[in-house]
Amino acid sequence: MTGTLPPVDVAPPEVEEDAAPATPEFEAASLRQERRRGLLMALPAYGYLVLFFALPLLIVVVYSFATRNRFGGTDLSGWNIDSYRRLGEPLVRDILFRSVALAVITTVICLVVAYPFAYYMATRSEAVRNLMLVFVMIPFWTNFLVRNFAWRVILGTDGPLSQVTEAVGIGETRLLFTQTAVVLGLVYGFLPFMVLPLYADIERIDGRLLEASRDLYATGAQSFRHVLLPLSMPGVIAGSILVFIPSLGAYVTPEILGGAKTTLLGGYIVTQFLTARNWPFGASLSFVLMAVMLTATIVYFRKGGRTL
Amino acid sequence: MTAAVEITGVSKRFGDVVAVDDIDLRIDDGEFFALLGPSGCGKTTTLRMIAGLDFPTTGSLKIFGHEVGTLPPNKRPVNTVFQNYALFPHMNVLDNVAFGLRMQGTDKATARSAATAAIGLVRLDGMERRRPAQLSGGQQQRVALARALVNEPKVLLLDEPLGALDLKLRQEMQGELKSLQRELGVSFVFVTHDQEEALTMSDRIAVMDEGRLLQIGTPEEIYERPVNRFVADFIGQTNLLEGTVEDGATVCLVNGARVAARSDLTAGTRIALSIRPERATIHHRDHGTGPDAGSAVDGEVVAVTYLGNALVHRVKLDWMEIEVREANDPDRPRFAVGDPVTVAWDPSAAALVADR
Repeated sequence: MTGTLPPVDVAPPEVEEDAAPATPEFEAASLRQERRRGLLMALPAYGYLVLFFALPLLIVVVYSFATRNRFGGTDLSGWNIDSYRRLGEPLVRDILFRSVALAVITTVICLVVAYPFAYYMATRSEAVRNLMLVFVMIPFWTNFLVRNFAWRVILGTDGPLSQVTEAVGIGETRLLFTQTAVVLGLVYGFLPFMVLPLYADIERIDGRLLEASRDLYATGAQSFRHVLLPLSMPGVIAGSILVFIPSLGAYVTPEILGGAKTTLLGGYIVTQFLTARNWPFGASLSFVLMAVMLTATIVYFRKGGRTL
Repeated sequence: MTAAVEITGVSKRFGDVVAVDDIDLRIDDGEFFALLGPSGCGKTTTLRMIAGLDFPTTGSLKIFGHEVGTLPPNKRPVNTVFQNYALFPHMNVLDNVAFGLRMQGTDKATARSAATAAIGLVRLDGMERRRPAQLSGGQQQRVALARALVNEPKVLLLDEPLGALDLKLRQEMQGELKSLQRELGVSFVFVTHDQEEALTMSDRIAVMDEGRLLQIGTPEEIYERPVNRFVADFIGQTNLLEGTVEDGATVCLVNGARVAARSDLTAGTRIALSIRPERATIHHRDHGTGPDAGSAVDGEVVAVTYLGNALVHRVKLDWMEIEVREANDPDRPRFAVGDPVTVAWDPSAAALVADR
């Protein structure tokens, strides 16, 4: 192919300078004033964060280096890193590994279930879309604990699920108090946290881009892989973090739906504080958990993600 | 010769809405074809059906003899330049242009060199690494063009490709698109609502309204011989004098005046006489040099607009106002507001249009 089109300017036209540039002094003063006003408005939120987040976190860190005394109390002396050493113990390692694995499985299942749903929702008319959003939100109207107990009834050996499988002759289901039940409960509980960021991102994508990719010989799968997925990646990452983090530290769901053999990090930490009365160890576990989550979040923001 | 695109009895309904109503269309290979009409006339839907982005509800759609009615877009030898371009924002210019070839399984190196050539074709050399957001509207337009042309489509579809550009750039691109099309010898099917654009660029124009195809013809045919009132009015400016056919050579205007107009319509048919402003002439009534009364009407000048190269006179007739445009000739008499005048035309310059 040979060309006939005349050249275009390489650089877009430059923006004209303002006729009267502001003096540096004035600019600095107005900037200072703006900062001061911003700080004033953010003050309550900052105060809240310091009082209820930074301070307790600091206490956790301090306790994790303290010593447990013979009576189950904690001596704020004899600082050591024993409780961090214990993280290497096989029992603790198993719990850590199992918690991460279940959180990963939960996240992946949520992603696989939520993506098509979010896509479907984003491509409906405004009215249908809003209705579906309400449906996604409805579970939040009921207490989380109650909903978990509802699953206990559903999955129990006398529950409706088991009755159905018995009726069709597969025998009773024994799902309750298994890891499957825990994953099921976690997926159920955290699915909205995956759906919402995905929906928000997919909804913003110009549908014509998908049409353009099909017009340019992409199959449906290629169009998803090369256009839809990359463009919705911020939503995928945001949703994954929002599901992975609470799944990793989940306490209520594993306690209610899981059995003794499925102790997870959240439950184990509670045990350290309430039953084993080993506050330093519980604190170190909490701190490590938090550090993992924080790292994940920072990595996400560094990778060019946007605000959650 | 096989038609590049052959549409037979195609309709498209969205629920109760008929977007395209039983159209027949044949676009030849190597033709610059415009689909022209106001927004909502079905022109874009027609284009989308050729692209495969919408499927016809009924009818047959062939591309180079192959029935493609329900083939998905990726199985059709056509490419589209989308309105507002639809460039992939997460890819640079090179990857945008190479996309079609990559999806067809061309290896990366070949696809990239072909894409580079296409980028050169639209004179964007050196822009390969830029993201669409870093380009001006005109540059994005060219990327969209290169992205479609690199696949060497048998038919290139363009959906209002110049709509988002400012006037100067648009006029420049009109010429470029036309010469590009001539050079590549590929048929371009071009959707526009801008009649001037359609007239300047196209070999043939299809005028659409409310889902129906009203007229297909060369720009000259459409302008000179519009089939109905809508086409006459939509393409360029015109004066529409309503009346009824009296016999094969005469039309009775609404004020009772009889004017010459050849037609083979039956007597009594309601029609309108379309007289382009530049085809009518204006004369002082008292000079006695008045033209043949068989193709003239009397009136009074109500406004004169000086355009430099032309003069536009608004003339009030008994029942309506019409416009007469004359070249600015110093030898011609001048007219002032209030002058009694006669407006005349060559009977062959008046087109008889169905009064719909």
